[in-house]
Amino acid sequence: MMTKSKRQRQLFYLIPYSIWLILFVVAPLILLLFQSLTTPNGHFTLKNYATYFGSGTYLRMTFNSVWYSFLITAITLVISYPMAYLLNQLKQKQFWLLLIILPTWINLLLKTYAFIGLLSKSGTVNNFIGLFGIVPQQLLFSDWSFLLVAAYIEIPFMILPIFNSLAEINPRLEQASRDLGANKWQTLKRIILPLSMPGVKAGIQAVFIPSLSLFMITRLIGGNRVITLGTAIEEHFLVTQNWQLGSTIGVILIVAMVITMILTRDRIRRTGRKRGTLHE
Amino acid sequence: MKKLITGIIAIITIVIILFGIQRYLAMKTGTGESSDKVLNLYNWGDYIDPDLLTKFTKETGYKVSYETFDSNEAMYTKIKQGGTSYDLTIPSDYMIQKMKSENLLLPLDHSRLTGLSNYDSRFMNQSFDKNNKYSLPYFWGTLGIIYNDKYVKANQVQHWDDLWSPQFKNQIMLIDSARDALGIALITQNKSVNDKSEADLAAAQAKLTALMPNVKAVIADEIKMYMAQNEAAIAVTYSGEASEALSNNSHLHYVVPTEGSNLWFDNIVMPKTAKHKDAAYAFINFMSNPENAAQNAKYIGYATPNKKALSFLPKDIRNDKQFYPDERTVSHLQVYDNLGQKWTEKYNDAFLEFKMTQR
Repeated sequence: MMTKSKRQRQLFYLIPYSIWLILFVVAPLILLLFQSLTTPNGHFTLKNYATYFGSGTYLRMTFNSVWYSFLITAITLVISYPMAYLLNQLKQKQFWLLLIILPTWINLLLKTYAFIGLLSKSGTVNNFIGLFGIVPQQLLFSDWSFLLVAAYIEIPFMILPIFNSLAEINPRLEQASRDLGANKWQTLKRIILPLSMPGVKAGIQAVFIPSLSLFMITRLIGGNRVITLGTAIEEHFLVTQNWQLGSTIGVILIVAMVITMILTRDRIRRTGRKRGTLHE
Repeated sequence: MKKLITGIIAIITIVIILFGIQRYLAMKTGTGESSDKVLNLYNWGDYIDPDLLTKFTKETGYKVSYETFDSNEAMYTKIKQGGTSYDLTIPSDYMIQKMKSENLLLPLDHSRLTGLSNYDSRFMNQSFDKNNKYSLPYFWGTLGIIYNDKYVKANQVQHWDDLWSPQFKNQIMLIDSARDALGIALITQNKSVNDKSEADLAAAQAKLTALMPNVKAVIADEIKMYMAQNEAAIAVTYSGEASEALSNNSHLHYVVPTEGSNLWFDNIVMPKTAKHKDAAYAFINFMSNPENAAQNAKYIGYATPNKKALSFLPKDIRNDKQFYPDERTVSHLQVYDNLGQKWTEKYNDAFLEFKMTQR
């Protein structure tokens, strides 16, 4: 009796979540897939996929998206790991962490516009280098400015999971490693790095996936010199009103995201264990 | 647990109070839909002098509920999906043609329009709405070139072909719109902006691709801000955007090439969702009044199609060749037709390929 009513209660608690999941996750995905497989009149077709894979422009755009996402992820990772490691050594780490999270409370568009103020020809950066007699440089509308702004926006999402996984490592493991004669480099390579891998993977997921579909920054900062799939989706939904092709590109983007998730997922045998176990 | 419940109750109470206040304020300012003396106006953001709305309410007793959109396509989708009760909206030319063909518009009863004779006949009876059966012009404008006299002399940019000059390497900001960008290329090749020939489109795309070394960025509304900040020497954009940029930077000037350009219209129409037709006609007639049209044109900075309103405008506005070009230029301007799904996509694909070309 007890167990049955308990299970019923558990089922009851699941209802709001499953309704949410069905309405806002599953249903839109099905609609998207359905749209991508139909003509405007509602007939089944594979033409949209044929258009996509038959077009050099779209394939190049896909390559662009993946390439820029890779660059953004690499840049944020290279900066974030040492930063997270350092943060962990600090005394007031929660406070410093807060400073890193703070910018995520500000609207994305506002941050982007702030960068326009910094990087434009009459902006702060050019005014500053002007003090040393350097003529104003063209900073906006370049690959570099795009990567800078995108990396700036994504960095907190990389630091946070790495920081958490580093903080979870039992400090005694580090002491033990040193007691057993490992130097600092060996400790880092064989203890810290492997144990913080789940955080790194989570960070890569959190940065790479949203970067695939960036589109506002590509126009505002990149001046449409950087074209990603997000641009094409926006165009098909808003300008040409070809929702079918727009959905097709959306489906392809989702597939790319799923592949990223699979490649960076945690191996099951590791998640089952508590922190601190070292057996491979 | 107790703390948590108290917290949740406190949050809910605050939300209910705020909701109540919001409803109360909405009722007071007349955005509530209960009253019958109301006009639901669906317009572009910041596209009317707010004083005119107050004046309209004072004169006619209709309260105006003002909602805004930021693109023709967004407006079209919302009206097509239904569930709204907009009495009037203000789409652009090609969109009027599209909405008309999909039966989304109500014809205007000309016998109820009092200000028809005030309009300039040059801007009436356009291809997208013959005999103005469904629409009356609200504002009109052009596509043209903004230049900054700090970097460019006036005689260097008078025609579209000047943009291809190698001296403007990496200097030009281009509007992010397939029809406008390809339209320029078509005009330089003496073709119509509504051209539907594969060969002409391919030639236009090739011509546009040749412009790429000069293109600094392909952007939209941001052009006016960037030009005001001296970010680029030249930009291609609409007269409305230009007038805003010019008012923020005295070094900027606007040119409509004499060989031709796009002539665009934003016309006032009654969508089929209209429920308060008396209010709608009252508003159309109110805006046809020359004095009101002039006040609106002064506030927005776009060109008014109301001929009689010109005499109410200050001399330096109505004689400004940048925004009220001479007869010869106007006669070369072309209005966009709705290209239909197939050609809209062809234009956009060509433009996308152009954007993908590397410098």
